[in-house]
Amino acid sequence: MFDVHLHKVGLAYGDLQVFQQLDLSLKAGQWTCLLGGSGVGKTTLLRMVAGLVDQSDIRVEGRVTCDDGQPLAGRIAWMSQQDSLLPWATVLDNITIGERLRTRKFLRRSRLSSEALDRAHHMLELVGLDEKARVLPQNLSGGQRQRVALARTLFEDRPVVLMDEPFGALDAITRLNLQDMACDLLAGKTVMLITHDPLEALRLGHAVYHLRGHPAQLTDAITPPGKIPRSLDNAELMTLQGVLLDRLRHEESVA
Amino acid sequence: MSKRFAVLKPLLVFIGILLLWQGLVVGLEVPSFIIPDPVSVFKRMVSDAGLLWEHALVTMAEMLMGLTLGVLFGVLMALTLVYFVSLRPWLLPLLLVTQAIPVFALAPVLMLWFGYGMASKVIMTVLIIFFPVATCCYDGLRQTHQGWLDLAQTMGGGSWAVLRLVRWPSALPALASGLRVAVVVAPIGAVVGEWVGSSAGLGYLMLQANARLWVDLMFAALTVLAICSVGLYYFTDLLLKRLIPWQTSHH
Repeated sequence: MFDVHLHKVGLAYGDLQVFQQLDLSLKAGQWTCLLGGSGVGKTTLLRMVAGLVDQSDIRVEGRVTCDDGQPLAGRIAWMSQQDSLLPWATVLDNITIGERLRTRKFLRRSRLSSEALDRAHHMLELVGLDEKARVLPQNLSGGQRQRVALARTLFEDRPVVLMDEPFGALDAITRLNLQDMACDLLAGKTVMLITHDPLEALRLGHAVYHLRGHPAQLTDAITPPGKIPRSLDNAELMTLQGVLLDRLRHEESVA
Repeated sequence: MSKRFAVLKPLLVFIGILLLWQGLVVGLEVPSFIIPDPVSVFKRMVSDAGLLWEHALVTMAEMLMGLTLGVLFGVLMALTLVYFVSLRPWLLPLLLVTQAIPVFALAPVLMLWFGYGMASKVIMTVLIIFFPVATCCYDGLRQTHQGWLDLAQTMGGGSWAVLRLVRWPSALPALASGLRVAVVVAPIGAVVGEWVGSSAGLGYLMLQANARLWVDLMFAALTVLAICSVGLYYFTDLLLKRLIPWQTSHH
């Protein structure tokens, strides 16, 4: 396993400097949560780490490195707020889409190896949706869809997982359940999670950073006590949530 | 129950119009060379069924060939526009020109070049169909949901694989709207071509019948043309719904 380091990274759209001179380390096998209000640039930062920023009008500074010396590209799995399931593909086809995208066969319908199929079914079992393998995404609930997205992320089996508010669109109970499930299933992966929900960041993060200001700056890391996912009856967690909520609210009223 | 009623409604409207038509013609004593009554049109359809069938086949063949080629060229054009960005400024005006010049104006020239046979009608149909198919398919391909493209990129998909597995299927609903329009306008190309010069087809038959004041035969040919067009539309619509069953909403 390896740590991922962001060295003095910055990004600007034309004249607008979104953030600059940011330093951040993602510790191997840990969850790093980035908290911030809307429009502060947290998604942009995550996209940059994922290598998804390639428009010509965007200027990027700094470096993203891994401490094993290999490039990060090709070692990440991406999970966004929208589950991004392909509506024409069955649940099983959605989970294995990466495998099929990477085959270089030109016209033949790319068949999956039985090993890959077994693995996909196993992932579906892990998220508790094995009986939905042949169903189209439109027939699933929001929580189920996000579980499929989680299974797809697991199927990719990359050491680093980048998540952009993956549970943002879900109701409170479903969100808590999915947080627990993600925590369990992504154990051992290096995770970077973007969220605007302080409770989510505090439940899941080994380190929680707050991105704020223009251009955006990172605050010092908050390291909540205890193992993740942290339970809600922890008084310290609740106090921290209150502090962070106050800070976020104050920011919004200033902006 | 309500589904069966949905089929019934247009049928009721149709029957109502026929009754009104018959009533007006009989009631106002309109001469039959101006407007024939539905009953005599129907009689003509039965007595000249062989003739109508023969000409309908020609028109249908022209329409179907035009549709096939038009859709093929339209899709190829859309793919070229999406993947060869530098060609875009050259091709987009060309695409517009195929629509800006009325096919009616082109018809005599096409007759001159491609003769009075089927070829000129097929080409005219292609010209009409090409535009809606190309623009709809182009829009569909361009508006691939960014989340899917992000995902494909992080998964390391090659551009051919991304086209085949993500962009093409995501463009299908848009392409389907283009196809529905294409199917509706296809008869225009074929029939205009037949009017300008031909020796077969429903358009030709209508022209001949009109010249001889066989207005009932003209209406019969018109009815057959309408049945062909509407049938083609419903068949296409059904096929598309079967082939593209997913909802297009991008929540």
